[in-house]
Amino acid sequence: MTTETGIGASVRRKEDKRFIIGKGRYLDDITKPGQTYGYFIRSPYAHAKINSIDTSEALKAPGIVDILTGPDMEADGIGPIICGWGITSKDGTPHKAPAHPALAVSHVKYVGHQVALVVAETLQQARDAAELVEIDYEELPHVIEVGDALASDAPQIHDDIPGNLSFDWEIGDRAAAEQAIASAHHVTRMDLRNNRLIPNAMEPRAALGEYDAGTDEITLYTTSQNPHVHRLVLSAFNAVAPEHKLRVIAPDVGGGFGSKIFIYSEETVCAWATKKLDRPIKWTADRSESFLSDAHGRDHETHAEMAFDADGKILGFKVSTKANVGCYLSTFASAVPTYLYGTLLNGQYTMPAIYCEVQAGFTNTAPVDAYRGAGRPEATYVVERMIEIGAREMGIDPGEIRKRNFIPPDAYPYETPVIMAYDSGNYALAMDKAQAAIDYSGFEARKAESAQRGKLRGIGYSAFIEACGIAPSAAVGSLGAGVGLWESAQVRFNPTGSVTVFTGSHSHGQGHETTFAQIVSDQLGVPIDQVEISHGDTGKVPFGMGTYGSRSLAVGGSAIMKAIDKVVEKSKKIAAHTLEASVEDIEHSGGVFSVAGTDKKMTMAEIAFSAYVPHNYPADVEPGMDETAFYDPLNFTFPAGTHIAEVEIDPETGTTEILDWVAVDDFGNVINPMIVEGQVHGGLAQGIGQALLENCVYDKESGQLLTGSYMDYCMPRADDLPTFRVETINTPCTTNPLGVKGCGEAGAISAPAALMNAITNALGKEIDMPATPEKVWRAAQGL
Amino acid sequence: MPTVSMTVNGKQVSADVSSNTLLVTFIRENLKLTGTHVGCDTSQCGACVVHVNGNSAKSCTMLAVQAEGAEITTIEGLAKGNDLHPMQKSFQENHGLQCGFCTTGMIMSAVDLVNKSDKLDDASIREGLEGNICRCTGYQNIVKSIQAAAKEMEA
Repeated sequence: MTTETGIGASVRRKEDKRFIIGKGRYLDDITKPGQTYGYFIRSPYAHAKINSIDTSEALKAPGIVDILTGPDMEADGIGPIICGWGITSKDGTPHKAPAHPALAVSHVKYVGHQVALVVAETLQQARDAAELVEIDYEELPHVIEVGDALASDAPQIHDDIPGNLSFDWEIGDRAAAEQAIASAHHVTRMDLRNNRLIPNAMEPRAALGEYDAGTDEITLYTTSQNPHVHRLVLSAFNAVAPEHKLRVIAPDVGGGFGSKIFIYSEETVCAWATKKLDRPIKWTADRSESFLSDAHGRDHETHAEMAFDADGKILGFKVSTKANVGCYLSTFASAVPTYLYGTLLNGQYTMPAIYCEVQAGFTNTAPVDAYRGAGRPEATYVVERMIEIGAREMGIDPGEIRKRNFIPPDAYPYETPVIMAYDSGNYALAMDKAQAAIDYSGFEARKAESAQRGKLRGIGYSAFIEACGIAPSAAVGSLGAGVGLWESAQVRFNPTGSVTVFTGSHSHGQGHETTFAQIVSDQLGVPIDQVEISHGDTGKVPFGMGTYGSRSLAVGGSAIMKAIDKVVEKSKKIAAHTLEASVEDIEHSGGVFSVAGTDKKMTMAEIAFSAYVPHNYPADVEPGMDETAFYDPLNFTFPAGTHIAEVEIDPETGTTEILDWVAVDDFGNVINPMIVEGQVHGGLAQGIGQALLENCVYDKESGQLLTGSYMDYCMPRADDLPTFRVETINTPCTTNPLGVKGCGEAGAISAPAALMNAITNALGKEIDMPATPEKVWRAAQGL
Repeated sequence: MPTVSMTVNGKQVSADVSSNTLLVTFIRENLKLTGTHVGCDTSQCGACVVHVNGNSAKSCTMLAVQAEGAEITTIEGLAKGNDLHPMQKSFQENHGLQCGFCTTGMIMSAVDLVNKSDKLDDASIREGLEGNICRCTGYQNIVKSIQAAAKEMEA
C-alpha cells in the first residue's frame, strides 16, 4: 500500500478543490424553479402575550404568497419541537419541558422567537410585507440570568413549570464528598462562571423545502450535522411527513460546532409550508437572526469545593451548578449540563469521592444546547481551575500537584466515581512533553524579564479529558437518550474497481472526504482518487446518526472498517474460487488476495469486476460488491492532554498577549495528522475566544440581546491569536477497531482553563471569563 | 429600475437592478456566481470579498450601481482556466480551509494583501486579515498559506 495516501499520512484534502474555486454548494447557493422566499417575523420582546396578529394589509402586498402562523401549524397537526434526552431529577421525577410550538401560538418567550412566516416571490417582498403585519403584544415580566430565574420571586415563564426549574439532577456520592471535605487538610472553594457563547458558524442556518405533488414527497435541504436525525424527528414527532416521504439533504455545510445538530423551528416550518403552499420555500438566516435564534452555548453558574490532603492529593470534589437552558429545552439541551458535564468532573485524576448537582433553569433567552465540547469544556474549566487554585493556596507547583494526582498509566481500565470507565491514557507523558516544549523551568527567568519591562507574565495549565466517540447506545439509552448513537457505512465497489462510501457521518469542515478515503485506500488498496465519500443525503446514505461529539472517526470510521471487513470476507471467497484454493488459504493485505505459499493472487479490482461479471464465480456467493455495516461503540473514547499557555499582560492597558501555546494531546491513532492539527487549531481559537473575547449579553432590563452582531460580539480575529505548537502522543483507544479517540473538540475544551490559569497567575487574583482588557486592567490596578 | 453594466471575470454583463441591490446580490442572484458568500449583515466577516478594479472590496457594502463600468473579479475568475492561482493552491497545500465558507473571501483578500505589500511577515498578515473572520481554522494555516503563496507570487 502506498504510504502517501494511507493511514497516518497528511493527505491534502480531496474536498478542497470545490471550495477554493468557488464551487462549493452551500444551502443558499441552491435555487429551485418556482422558488419563493421565506422571512420570519420574530418577537421584539423577551416575554409577551400575543393578543392578535393582523395580516390583512400584508396579504395585499406585492409578491406576497402567504403568511403562516402558529395556529395554522396547530390546525395542520404539526407537533411541537422536542427535546430528545430525558433527565430524571433527584426526586425521581422526569425533567419538565414546556410545549414548544415551531411558531409561537399564544406567547413569545425570548427576543427572536419565531412568530410568523411571510412567503413572497422575492426576499425583498417578503421583508416588505412583514412590515405590514400588525401584532398586538402584551409585555410580561422576564428574567435573563439563571440565578435570578431560580429565585423564589422570579417571573414565571411557563405556566406549567413552577419556579422555572426543568430539573434538579445529581451524580456521585454526596455523603462521601462532604465527608472528604469535612476532614480534609485543605479545601479550595470557588464560584465560577462559564460565560454564555454564540456559536457563529460562518454559514448561517438555512432551509429550503421543496414539495413534489406527483410523489407526495417533501425534500428538505437544511444546514444539518445529522440529516437522518432531522428526518426522524420531523416525521415521528412533528408529523411533517411520513419518514419515507421526507428526504433531508444537508449539502456543503459551512461549519456547525454543534449549532446545526438541533431541529429548529425554521426548518420545521419550511418543510411543512412547502407542501401547504405547493411552492419551494427558501429561508436563509441573516447574521442577526443567527445571533438571536441559533442555540447558544455554556452559561453555567457554579460553586465548587475541592478537598486536598497535606500533599495536595485530591480527597473529594463537590460541585453545584445552575445551568441556563434558555426558554425551551432544545434537542439535546438536557444532556449537556448533566451526562456530558458531571461525568467528566473526575478529570485526569484519582478522586475518591465526587458529587455534582445541577439545577437547570428556564430564562427568557434563546435555547442553550451543545456547542463545541458541550458540557466537557464546562467540566474541564471547573476541574482545572480548582486544582490550579488549590495548588496556589497550598504553595505547590501547579504541574506537580497534577502529577501527584494523575491516574497512573497502568491503572486502565479506570472506573471513576462518576460512571465513566477510561480505557487508556498516559497523562504524565503528555505533561512532560508540554513542560519540555514550553521550557517550564525557564518560566521564572522569563517572568523576571517581563517584570523589568513593567509587564506581568503568567503561565497556566489545563490537563483536560473528554468523553468522545458518542456513544454506546445501551449506555446512553440507560441515561435517557431517545436515540441510539451508532453509525452506518456502506462500501460500494463499482465494476471498474472504484469505490463510493456512503457514511452516516456528516462533514461540515472536518475533512471526512479525505480521512475516510484514506482508510479505504489503506485497507483495500484502491487509489485514493478512486474513492468517493458520499454523505448528507437521506435519499442516498443508510440511516446514520451524524457528526457531533468528536464521533465521526471513532464511530463512523469504525463502521467503515466493519464494512471493509465484510468486503474482505466476501473477496476471500471469490479469490479462493478463482484461484482454486480453499478460503482458509487466502491471505489479504492492502487489497491483494493471495494463496498462501504461492505466487497466485488477485487484486481487489479484479475481484470487484468478477463480483459484477460473475462468469466464473462461487455458487454460494451473491454477485455484487456492496457491503453495509452498522457500528455501535463499546465505550466512549477518552482523548486527553496537557495544554500550557504563557501570557504577558500590560497592566497599563489591560491587554493580554498570548506569547506561547503548547498543546500535547492524546488522540489515540491518527489517520491524517494535518487535519488533526487543523482541528486542534480551530478548537483552541474557540476556547481562547471564550476566555478572552466572546460573551453573550442580554440586557437584564429590556431582555434585548446586546451582543447581536459582529460589532458587539467579539469573534477571534487572526491578530488575536498566537501560533500554536501542537503535538500528539498516541495511546491507542482499546475499544474501537481504528484505535482512535477524536480530536474535534479538544482545543475548545482545554483552552479556557489554561488561558484563565495563565492570566490569573500573572495578575495574582481571580477574574471571570472573558478576560477583557477592562476586567484585566481593573484587576491589575487593584480596582 | 436602473441598468447596470460591468465586466465580471472578463465578461461584459448588463442587467436591470433595483437601486438598492447590493453588489453581492447582483453577483449571486443575477450572475449565479455563488462562490461569493454572505456571512454577516455588518461588513465584518469578509466572506463576500471580490476585487473591484483590482482592489479588494466587500461586495455586501457596495450597491450594484456603484460598480457601473467596473472590472470585477470574483473567486470564479481567479484561476486561469484549469490553472489555479498560487493562493488557491497554497490554501489546499497548507490546509488553510476547513468548512470552506469564508475561504473564497479569504483568498480574494489574501491575493490583494500580497499584491499590495512589499514584505509580509506573520504579524502583518494577521493584521491584514482583520476584515475576514474564520471560525474553523484558528487562522494559523491561513497565515501559512498566505506566506507560502506570497513567495510563489513574487517568484
